[in-house]
Amino acid sequence: MEPDLNTGAAPDPATESPAAGPAAHATGPAGLLATAARGSVRWETGLGLLVVAIIIFGAVTSPQFLTSGNFFNTGVTSGEIAIMALPMTLIIISGEIDLSVASILGMSSALLGVLWSHHWPMLAIFVVVALLGIVAGLINGLLVTRVGLPSLAVTIGTLALYRGVALILLGANTVSNFPATYTNIGVLPLPHTQIPYNIAIFVVLAVIFAIVLHSTATGRSIYAMGASPEAALFAGIRVKRVKTMLYVVSGLVCAMAGVLWTFRLSTAVQNNGLGLELDVVAIVLLGGVSIFGGRGSLAGVVLAVIAFAGLQNALLLTNFNQEATGIVIGALLLVSVFAPNAGRLWRAGPPRWARRRSGHRSPAVGGGT
Amino acid sequence: MTTTVTERREPAGPPAGSGSRRLTERVFRVREFGIIAVLLVFVAVTTSIQPSFLNQQNLQFLLINTTVYALLALGETMVVVSRNVDLSIGSILGLSAYVSASMFGHHPGIPIPLVFLIGLGIGLACGMANGLMVAVGRVPSLVVTLATLYIIRGIDILIVGGNEVTAQTLPNSFTNIPRATVAGIPYLAIAIAVVIGIGAYYMRAFRSGRELYAIGSNPEAARLAGIGVGKRIFTAFTASGAIAGVAGVLWAAQYQTIDSTAGTGYELTVISAVVVGGVAIFGGSGSAVGAAVGALLLSSINSALNVLGFPQLWLEAIAGFLLLLAITLDRIISVRLMTALRRRSPGVGT
Repeated sequence: MEPDLNTGAAPDPATESPAAGPAAHATGPAGLLATAARGSVRWETGLGLLVVAIIIFGAVTSPQFLTSGNFFNTGVTSGEIAIMALPMTLIIISGEIDLSVASILGMSSALLGVLWSHHWPMLAIFVVVALLGIVAGLINGLLVTRVGLPSLAVTIGTLALYRGVALILLGANTVSNFPATYTNIGVLPLPHTQIPYNIAIFVVLAVIFAIVLHSTATGRSIYAMGASPEAALFAGIRVKRVKTMLYVVSGLVCAMAGVLWTFRLSTAVQNNGLGLELDVVAIVLLGGVSIFGGRGSLAGVVLAVIAFAGLQNALLLTNFNQEATGIVIGALLLVSVFAPNAGRLWRAGPPRWARRRSGHRSPAVGGGT
Repeated sequence: MTTTVTERREPAGPPAGSGSRRLTERVFRVREFGIIAVLLVFVAVTTSIQPSFLNQQNLQFLLINTTVYALLALGETMVVVSRNVDLSIGSILGLSAYVSASMFGHHPGIPIPLVFLIGLGIGLACGMANGLMVAVGRVPSLVVTLATLYIIRGIDILIVGGNEVTAQTLPNSFTNIPRATVAGIPYLAIAIAVVIGIGAYYMRAFRSGRELYAIGSNPEAARLAGIGVGKRIFTAFTASGAIAGVAGVLWAAQYQTIDSTAGTGYELTVISAVVVGGVAIFGGSGSAVGAAVGALLLSSINSALNVLGFPQLWLEAIAGFLLLLAITLDRIISVRLMTALRRRSPGVGT
């Protein structure tokens, strides 16, 4: 809807910046992808340099940083967050948001605990937990696409609802008598490697998500609907169906993350993963994905995952108050949102005021339908 | 400079507005009455099952528990109405609560108003930082306040550094603030109600307050109408931060044990209250009174579940369900309204 207001000032291709939406609409999905790629490549280079800087910082300040044991620890503690960042990336690119991810993790963990304490066979539990994740995602998706509610509000609601279900399921109880075959994933790597199980799953999923996002028609349609839901609809894309699918996939993946989390800590409690949703969103945005949708790449998010994990680990090893890593994460988040803008404003120079009045970047919360 | 644009646009305005105004107003009123009606029905049902729900002690407890949330909801309403969101209020509350309460330990005998001023100052500074980044940097408020949520909490953690303020270091005159009552009603609840009333009146009646709604309804149109969008948004975030700062001091007086986790997660609870109270998450409608009633409703549910002997565990799920119900109803009402408007004046509201 916003780009319509730009008809008075037709964008000149010469001054067109990678971040500018309106020009992309004019050139169709292909041009949109090209501009998206150009914009994100630069950001990924910056992130790559950041990762290198963090590794150098870690290696210089702590002799343990580059050991294989530390590699395992770093990976295993951020595996679930990394896994949940994958569907979140697709959802944010499609112009929506899902704040209920950590609650779905907690709810799945609670269900896993309850069913195990009732002596269900593990395989049946996996099926039921997966179904729970699918249903949770479906509820999100249907409320957003079919009822037409803003995803920010819906998923704040389901954040409380799903966490509430976890509370009802498990109460103040803790289930921790899981068999060692499963809980070993928290302490043992894949045989003959130093790779934790959850990171291995993350890598496999990341490849699948990258292929879907970057080399399939569905992936292209996700960018299109994020850039302009109406244009995507008129182009024949089944916006509602794709978005519902994204939420369902997110629910399923988060349920899996819940299972991994439970086994890794060998505990099912109702507050498992409490508050992780903001970490996940922060990683995705740090990865260069635009909160307005339509821009970003999976490679950027993977780099952001590495930066996030590496930074937390480096600060932990250097005896920096680890909780206060929030300052660094927050600062990086601000850089991630200001850097593209600063670049554009700097390049644009004086005409910025003209562009400002046509205002395609109104300060608004995440894209709604 | 944009006045010419405004004048040119003027003639197109009234025909669309006057026909629909009565209907719009009615719906707004219904919406606010709706939440109050839900609250009254809820209280009535709960009291009929368990009369002790309305006894003085429980009522006082309920009001006091609501004050901090209702106050935060006022600031959040100003921000949400302008089509923004402030996620950093929980962190601001935590920082302000610790720093202001630790003053009693560092400077025994410090006057209480000064402590409130310190809390206000911390909140102001944080709110202005948010406002500057959103308004001048022109970046999405969701991202900015998510970042400041982390940063302010991080600063809080560094300052606290594993310590905590305990009740012994706080003077009685401070910890009694939430307990003082007049005719059985806590002073604090009355004061907060007055503040919310003033805030709601400001947003409803003053030009700069109305402009927040205009910005939230359509930022582009607001800019073309000559409204200083950046300035107003900056003010909204500053107010939200300042309110969170004061709320932090009240939080300290109420809970008396303050560590670095104070106020964690409050942002989402407050946004829930605001949305349940009828403020549209994408701006342009709703009132601070509705938001405060939303906060009161959430606390009442909490208290009722207690009184009725429900396990406390059900609270969160019910709160989430209620939020979903509220926004779904809101959506249905607005869809009906659009249909009604179209029927009344063809060509409007496409």
